[in-house]
Amino acid sequence: MATATEADFRTRLQDWLPKLVLSPSLAAILVFVYGFIAYSIYLSFTDSKMMPSTDWVGWENYGTLWGLSHWHTALVNLAIFASLYIVACTVIGLVLAIFLDQKIRGEGMLRPIYLYPMALSFIVTGTAWKWFLDPGIGLEHTMHLWGWESFSFGWIKDRDMAIYTVVIAAVWQTSGFVMAMFLAGLRGIDNEILKAAQIDGASNWNLYRRIVIPLLRPAFLSAFVILSHLAIKSYDLVIALTGGGPGRATELPATFMYSYTFTRNQMGVGAASAVIMLMTIAAIMVPYLYAELKERER
Amino acid sequence: MSTISQEAVVVRPAAPVPSQDTAVRTSRVARTFIYLVLLLFALFYLLPFAIMVINSVKPLSEITGGNMLALPQDWTIAPWLSAWSTAQIGVEPTGLRPYFLNSILMVVPAVAISTILGALNGYVLTKWRFRGDTILFGLMLFACFIPFQIVLIPMARMLGLMGLAGSTPGLILVHVVYGLGFTTLYFRNYYAAFPTELVRAAMMDGAGFFRIFWRIMLPVSGPIAVVSVIWQFTNIWNDFLFGASFADLDSMPMTVGLNNLVNSSTGVKEYNVHFAGAILAALPTLLVYIVAGRYFVRGLMAGSVKG
Repeated sequence: MATATEADFRTRLQDWLPKLVLSPSLAAILVFVYGFIAYSIYLSFTDSKMMPSTDWVGWENYGTLWGLSHWHTALVNLAIFASLYIVACTVIGLVLAIFLDQKIRGEGMLRPIYLYPMALSFIVTGTAWKWFLDPGIGLEHTMHLWGWESFSFGWIKDRDMAIYTVVIAAVWQTSGFVMAMFLAGLRGIDNEILKAAQIDGASNWNLYRRIVIPLLRPAFLSAFVILSHLAIKSYDLVIALTGGGPGRATELPATFMYSYTFTRNQMGVGAASAVIMLMTIAAIMVPYLYAELKERER
Repeated sequence: MSTISQEAVVVRPAAPVPSQDTAVRTSRVARTFIYLVLLLFALFYLLPFAIMVINSVKPLSEITGGNMLALPQDWTIAPWLSAWSTAQIGVEPTGLRPYFLNSILMVVPAVAISTILGALNGYVLTKWRFRGDTILFGLMLFACFIPFQIVLIPMARMLGLMGLAGSTPGLILVHVVYGLGFTTLYFRNYYAAFPTELVRAAMMDGAGFFRIFWRIMLPVSGPIAVVSVIWQFTNIWNDFLFGASFADLDSMPMTVGLNNLVNSSTGVKEYNVHFAGAILAALPTLLVYIVAGRYFVRGLMAGSVKG
């Protein structure tokens, strides 16, 4: 009798043990991710200033937010930054991957060189490029020393052009990673198809345009999803490279949220901007993750 | 012995496909062009870092007055020494050393805890499946991609309530929580390829939950553990947002220290010191990349291509 209940207890424990082991992580995610998201959404509907408040103000913060020219600057900058960043990384990544896949001597040397910036902190990248692009001392100065007196590259100090310097530094950091994604995609293509098409006399250009690039569709999708979510989250690089300036010229939603919440004490507005960032990312990530998980289930 | 036989059974999820290049026939001119483009891009990626290295061993006068591409006339390690131990950061002339130590104290436990939890989660989610486990995993996965701005305000409050505000344990907690999604993803995808029959057989023999994990799963987890450790190490070491938001002077990580060094120096900007500092901040992750780049790439891919 006693042994029976003991065995019973053991099986029941074995039934519960997996869930028990999973539960701390799950609880942490539920509280620190989903609970916090709920709390931030709640705050965005209150008149929180320096400290969280419970006074409900409805959509007021969102109204204030959309009326701010500061927020508009951040959104326009994000649109410029994200589109150029995604396009440039994709093009560079694709070209490098295709070229690198032509039985290149020294591929083993080149690949890590293209990819190493991904291991660096954006703060390091920002420090390097900030100086490199500084007209008084970096590239422009060097060109002048070499006798090219008329050379001028002062984008980082120029309100209208500074956002493009953020694009350059960000592309420098991530394009090698996109290259690796495309290269993996290329290596997954059955090269018998290519050989057959070549025998049929297809030109190289047509070969890539009609066969290879369409086959890379999954890699394109992954690259787009990853790059767009990185673009929306961009914060460190702007802080290190331009500090959001000159003026507010390189302000992005992430830097906007931080300064409104923690330095301007407009927590309600800051929370509202964070909610909009989350919604934008969710609109991209949720369908993607859903499709990926569905695929695995099958 | 048993490890070897089991390892042979496992289908490595990210094993490289044998020579499958899409090389096409190209003319001599086209090939020269391809090499030229590839080399130019290599230069583009190497140059900024190389210039930092060159200029970190120059006296300041050679930087402000001279050519950034020129090798130093007077080699000096003074900028490195200054960046490490005497440079003015904020109000204290401490150099980056204390920040470096803070980062180490934060990174090591955070990486270890999140990897161990990720392994256990992956094990449960693949070998002890239950109703709704995919939804739970989806929830964990989405957590990887949220913009952290959405949790900054509540997290600051929570750390305060827990008495962890501005402390290294507080930062460890933050990094463990927001790293869990990725570590779970790695181990789940890896263990999914491990034959469940072996686990069933062990269960028939009376092996329990932890025994199976310890004796069967862990011995084959080497490669994915390396991927997870490298990914977490790189991410946490390079984090700036959480460090800037939640750390105080005694727990500030290296990235925040570097940013303060570069932006706080009043008067003369000591570029050579900034560069030495930036390289110091980059060194740990760069070393990991040089030693185990293969795993680093695999981690990047697993974190992006397959959900």
